[in-house]
Parts: sequence; structure tokens; C-alpha cells
Amino acid sequence: MNTQRFMLGTAATLAALMGSTALAQDGETITIGGLATLEGPFAAPGEDGLRGVELAIHEFGGEIAGHPIEFITASSDGNPDVALESARRLVEQDGADIMVGPLSGSEGIRIAQYAKEQPGTTFLNGGSAAIETTLVDPAENFFRFNTEGAQWTAPLGEYVVNERGWDNIVIVSEDYSFPYAQIFGFMATYCEAGGTVADKYFTPVGNNDYSSVIAQLPLEAGEIDGMYVVLGGSDAVNFLSQYAQMGGQLPIVGGTNVTDQTVLTTQGPARELLPGILSSGPVSDNDDLEAWEEFKQLYRDYYGDEGLPSPSLFASNYYTNTKAALLALQEVEGDLSDNHAAFNEALANLEFTSPTGTVSLNENRQATAAIYINEVVEQEGGSLALEPLERIESVDQYLGLDRETYMELGLPSRENPSCPS
Amino acid sequence: MRWILPLAVIALLLVYPFVVNSFWLVQIGGRTLGFGTIVLSLVFLTAYTGMLSLAQMSVAGVAGYATAYFTAPTSGVGLLLPWPLALILALGLATVAGLLIGLVAVRTRGIYTLMITLAVAMAFYFLTLQNYDLFNGYTGFNNVQPPVILGLDLGANLPFYYMSVVLAAACYFGVRHVVRTPFGLALQGLRDEPDRLRALGYNVPLLRVLAFGLAGFIAGIGGILNIWLNASISPGSVALNPVIDVLMAGVLGGIGHPIGAYIGAFVFTVVDNFAIDFIARERFNTLIGLIFLAIVLFSPDGLTGLVHRAWTRGTGWARRNDGDARETDDIGK
Repeated sequence: MNTQRFMLGTAATLAALMGSTALAQDGETITIGGLATLEGPFAAPGEDGLRGVELAIHEFGGEIAGHPIEFITASSDGNPDVALESARRLVEQDGADIMVGPLSGSEGIRIAQYAKEQPGTTFLNGGSAAIETTLVDPAENFFRFNTEGAQWTAPLGEYVVNERGWDNIVIVSEDYSFPYAQIFGFMATYCEAGGTVADKYFTPVGNNDYSSVIAQLPLEAGEIDGMYVVLGGSDAVNFLSQYAQMGGQLPIVGGTNVTDQTVLTTQGPARELLPGILSSGPVSDNDDLEAWEEFKQLYRDYYGDEGLPSPSLFASNYYTNTKAALLALQEVEGDLSDNHAAFNEALANLEFTSPTGTVSLNENRQATAAIYINEVVEQEGGSLALEPLERIESVDQYLGLDRETYMELGLPSRENPSCPS
Repeated sequence: MRWILPLAVIALLLVYPFVVNSFWLVQIGGRTLGFGTIVLSLVFLTAYTGMLSLAQMSVAGVAGYATAYFTAPTSGVGLLLPWPLALILALGLATVAGLLIGLVAVRTRGIYTLMITLAVAMAFYFLTLQNYDLFNGYTGFNNVQPPVILGLDLGANLPFYYMSVVLAAACYFGVRHVVRTPFGLALQGLRDEPDRLRALGYNVPLLRVLAFGLAGFIAGIGGILNIWLNASISPGSVALNPVIDVLMAGVLGGIGHPIGAYIGAFVFTVVDNFAIDFIARERFNTLIGLIFLAIVLFSPDGLTGLVHRAWTRGTGWARRNDGDARETDDIGK
């Protein structure tokens, strides 16, 4: 099918292709296409994601081995159709050699499929963190240097049982692939450690009114020890605001996005609930790791007041993926000949220090890296930040299980996993 | 003289693939034709029956989901059928959906038709979002590929484009033909004077429902082209934004004449894809909005109206009245 598409390409298509292969010559511009959600509920994360890409290119002085780097962007709204359309534009119209993106889970699954149709382009993930992207029939030219949703939350499940003594919770979540992954990782260790989940409530992405869910939630701890909230961007803010206005005080553990800087910088009723929330993820604002300090400094110097007080998870993930691409490009001195063969080889074997420590890829081109368990704390000056409670090194795609055992768990969905009380 | 323009358009459509790259061929060309066909179903309804429906994207979605359900089952949802049967079912279901929406909307006029069809569209969106047995929820269907017929892969760029041209042309000329038949003339009659038509013994509600059914069939063809273009369908494909996009493209092109559908779809697709190049990436939706505002402000009957007026002014020809729709101002009265 791939070859056929190219075979049947007309003279004009060939001309366009020649345009992009010519880029492999010395000194030619290398184009990086950035794809993020600049519309819809994840608009704020999308913007910060692209800041990360720009920052990485800036760090390398805008060129690799004499090849100037050109950065172009396209937008999506979290919908896989729109992401695909924008990716096609970047790759087929603008001739992007390297694509960085997308941001949202289901988009990532779609773009990884599209990567198979475009062997002449190298795809790096942006922020998207669904499990399937690099697990089910992964594309040869799709690389993900950030960890995914299940890796982010696996350590937290065990932690709340052992350290907090919780054993009965409810879950409130958006209804798509990324939150499924977050619940999957969390429950994998939580249920194992003896916890139960009384109920799961799923709401559509971009929901504004959570009253029907909130009506069913307890307002304070009792039979239910706490709730696990897996919402992102404006969804998280809307839900927390409405729950706070109802007087809700149930202790909260959060999915990774709930405690991201894009949510922590919010004002209004939601803010009261935020301090003290436990969560886990690939970054921690107050980590004193040297690489993280440097990254934070770089981000602040470059963006000043325009950016967030501390780079978000998305800035960090987009930055890490872009930096991986640039490091590999440096290694092969910008050689993109033969469908990026040398470049892809270099990427697959790359190991480097990301803002959160060492990152490397496994055979599915999925990252293995450290994960933090965090608590939201109030800083001097009133801003909120993530304080690391624990750092777990080298969490891999299979959550520490061997491949067969992991595959037996099945793919995450609304019902899987399940451990009712 | 009157053949020059159509011939030029046909020549342009045939030569187009050989002068553009794959993005302009599939993403602009293919999308214009598929999306344009959905817009055509709206323009047909509006121009010839005076009813404005916002549910055309949902009807296209019915065809898209049916195609996916019967040709690309995923995680236990779906039923694999031979593709000809699947397509017949998809178009049949789209037509039935059109008829049902017609039944619901038949007693309303003007803004009330708009509201009730919008309600239907949103109900369908939430159904696809929350139903896992038929629509597979948020994830929807992936990997929906067009069939390979006699070794010809309809999913490859060039065959897909020509297939889109043929189907879009068939729909366009089909609409042009239907409006000249007794059925089409009756539709225009009920648009202008429903009471008189009723007095003449026509069953006005039945005619309206049938018009919705035909529009559903056309939207279904557009929906199938659309899903083959994207290879996937999910609730996002039938959400509020795409639903409004259809109306926007129709108004842009000019909702009084069938060709406006494709012109509108083309302009809409181009602006949607390239606006981000001209302005800061956080603000490109503002630019899109301003362009649309300008077109609607300076030419209430869309781009076709603009061209038409320039043409009559330039040549001094009187407006030929050959069964075209009336001025946009009259629509919906």
C-alpha cells in the first residue's frame, strides 16, 4: 500500500519528493514540523508544548552540522481527524523531514499509523501518552522519548495503599485512550496491593457541566477514602471548581495532567482544592536534579513572562523529543539519505540526559525513564508547584513485568482493569 | 459559448493531479470533493426547498460509521461484510437517517428547522460518544480503507481523486437534473408557495420528507468519501465544529446554487489549512473568522453571488433565469 501510493504518485508528486530528498545534501535546510493542540480544551498545554520544541532548537543555535533548522507548526484540537489533516499538511505540503507531535493520546495512535505511510519522514512523539501508540503494531519510524500514561501512574497506585492506607476509591475521568492508560497503570499496582475501586465515572472531553457526576460523589471521606481524578486542561479546572463550589472535600489523587502547571496556574475555586493533591508523572517542578534546574532556567530565560512560572509536562516532553531528534541529527551530521536510515538508527540507540534524567528506548522505540510521585505545595509568593516525594528510576513500558505477563493484562478500556469493592 | 466554462472546469479537474503535489491532490482536492458533496446536500435542501438543515454532517456520519462498522470491525465492534453490500447498507442507512430527520423537521420552518436539526445533530454526537456497542465510543473506528477493485487500490492518491471527481460530478449533475423533474419543480413550488401547492393537491409534508431523504443520500456519498480520506471516524467527526463547518462552507460558496457547495468547500479547506502560515499560531482561528466575516459581509450570497454579479455587470447580460434558485434573501421565508 505504501509503495503503491508512491508508485502512483504523479510527476508532480515525484517533483515534490525530489524536493525533500534534496534536503539531505550538505548545508540544506532541515525542516521540523511541530504539531500540537492550539484549539480546544488542551490549547494551553499545546502552546507550552511548542515552546518546548522552539527551546530545543534554540539551544542548538538553530542549526546542526551546517544545516539550518526550519521550524513550522500546525494545529489540532485533540481530534484524531484534525491531527491527521495537520500532519499531512506538514509532511506532504511543507515537506517536513522530522515531525514532532501530537499532544493528545488518541491523536498519537492515529499519527503512528500515518507514519507507516510516510517512510521518508521521521516522527517523534510530542506529548501524547496512550499505551497503544508504541505497543500495538508500532511504526518503524515513530519514536517516543517520553514515557506514557501507564508508566506515569503505576508507582502511585501502590503508594496510596501503602503510605496513605487507602483501599476504596472512586475514579472520575475523561473518556478516551490517555485516561484509560492512566487508570490502567494506577490500578495495575493499586489493585495488586489490595485496593478496590467502588465506581468509575467517565465524562466526555471538553465537558463544561459536571453536576451529574458530582451529585453521585461523596463530599467527604467515609466509606470512600478518596478519588482519583484523571482530567486535563480546562476539564480539570471546570471539574475541580464545580466540586469545590459544592463543598466537596474528598481527598484527591490526581492523574498526571491534573497537577500540571497548565492547571496549577489557575485562579478561582479550583485552586483551593489543589494544594495537597498527590499525583505522579515524569516531571516534578521542585526537583533539584541538575538537568531539570538547567532546563527550567533555559525556559525562563527564553520566555520570561510569556511562559508559565515553571515549564509544564508538555513543554518538557516536546523538548525531550525534539532534543533527541537534534542529538541524533548531530551524530549523523544531518545525513537524511536513504529514507533517514542512519538517522533512525542513531535515534533508536540514543541515550541522553533529558530534563528529568537519563532516557533510553526499548525495542518498540518507547522510552524508559524515571517517574516521580509528587505532592502539590504552595510556594513562597503563592504559586503552586509539584514537590517530589519519591523518584522511581527506569520505569519501562511493561511496568517492570516481563512482556508476556504485561500483554496478558490486555489493552486498557473503560472496563479493563477492574477491581470492584 | 455556454459550454466553455463547464469544459474548462472538466479539463481543470482532469489535469489537476498532474500539476500539484500529494497534499494538494488528496488533502485539498479530495477533501473539497468529499466535503463539498456533504455541503451540496445542504445547498440542495436550502436552495430548492427553502429548508436549512444542520444535520447533514450527522447523516454523512451515519454513512461513515456504517462503512466503518461493515468494512473495518475493530475490537469486537462491527460485522465484516463484502464491500458492495456494506456500501449499499451505508447509503441506505444515510437515506433512512435523512428521511427520519425530515419527519422530525417537516412541520417547522426557518429558524425552527435549524434548531431542531441542530438538536438532532448534537444528540447523534453524544450517542456516538457514549455508545460502545455500535460506535465504539470516543475511539471510533480506525483503519477504514477503500476497497481494491480488480487490482486497483482506490485508496491510492490518484484513483481516490478520480473516484471523488466522478462521484461528486454525479451528485452535482444529479441535483441539477432532479430540480428539473416534476418532483424538483414541486419542491421549488412548495418553497415559494406551500399553500398554493397544497391547494393543487400535492402532499407538502411528504415532498419535504422525500427531499430530506434525497439530501441524506447525497450526504451519505460525501460521508463515505470523507471516511476513506481520513481512514478513521470518531465522535469528533460529527461534533459541533464539523456540523457548523458544513453551513459555513455553504454560506461561503453561496447557498443559492449547487456549484456554490464545491466552491465554498474549496475555499473553506484552503483557508482552514493555510491560515496558520499568515499569523501567530495562537491567533490563526481569528484570521479564519475574519476572512469568513469579510466574505459574508461583502457578498451575502457568497462567492458564487460575487462572481455572478461581476459577470452580469461586466458583460451587461441580463440575468438568465433557467430554473436556478431565487436570491438568497428569499430563502427560508
